[in-house]
Amino acid sequence: MTIDWSHFTPAMSLAGGALIGFAAAMLLLLSGRVAGISGIVGGLLAPHRGDVAWRLAFVAGLLAAPAAMLMLGEGRAPRIDAGYGTLVIAGLLVGAGTSYGSGCTSGHGVCGLSRLSPRSLAATVAFMAAGMLTVFVVRHLA
Amino acid sequence: MNALYCFAAGLVFGAGLILSGMTDPGKVIGFLDVAGNWDPSLAFVMAGAILVGFFAFRAAGRRGRTFLGGALHLPTRRDIDLRLLGGAAVFGIGWGLAGFCPGPALVSFASGVDQAAVFVAAMLGGMLVYRAAERLR
Repeated sequence: MTIDWSHFTPAMSLAGGALIGFAAAMLLLLSGRVAGISGIVGGLLAPHRGDVAWRLAFVAGLLAAPAAMLMLGEGRAPRIDAGYGTLVIAGLLVGAGTSYGSGCTSGHGVCGLSRLSPRSLAATVAFMAAGMLTVFVVRHLA
Repeated sequence: MNALYCFAAGLVFGAGLILSGMTDPGKVIGFLDVAGNWDPSLAFVMAGAILVGFFAFRAAGRRGRTFLGGALHLPTRRDIDLRLLGGAAVFGIGWGLAGFCPGPALVSFASGVDQAAVFVAAMLGGMLVYRAAERLR
């Protein structure tokens, strides 16, 4: 293992992470909701009365973020290696997996670990390990 | 009024994802590639988010209500079963393949990244497959 110093951004990532935590705090302390993106989006696919507006508002804010950040001069080009076939398979796995596993990086990884949930810790270890194993197979074995 | 708070929270959440670098799949895969040229940034994102989040959840737990007096909607399950671990593992495989998880994928989709649009469409498809399978059970 070597450290990729050219891409490592400890300060920006820590600051961005704190902002994510602050956003989760806002949603929790003002609206009483957990900022789990897969759960918020999944709830829109099977809408219940009175449980739609807050979800739509949160997702709209998420979607407005790139334009707002662009105005602040922040707009780096992403590095995407996956082809369209891989993206479709990956998307299906992420959609189904987060539904069965009741959460994703935000719901389990950020909010779940913040509230010291053993369930979320188990899920986070599972998806991190599976992600690392997948990247190892794709990058170093295939 | 509640919708406005939720919109603001989503906006700040998305800004944090962009600032932290998590909307770049190359950075996410760089973190997951522990055997290669490792980029530890994602661990710093998690640390920053959990540090702030910990105090927020502690404050919410002590109050038992929101700052505005509303109810807290917190998960109550504590069991660790195969659905949780299997689902998380399947999610992790998809995450490792593309470098996208749900939040960053939605933000990148809004940035006009074609690959993110395809990923988001497939992700919604995966969620619908789950709902259809649950109805058949």
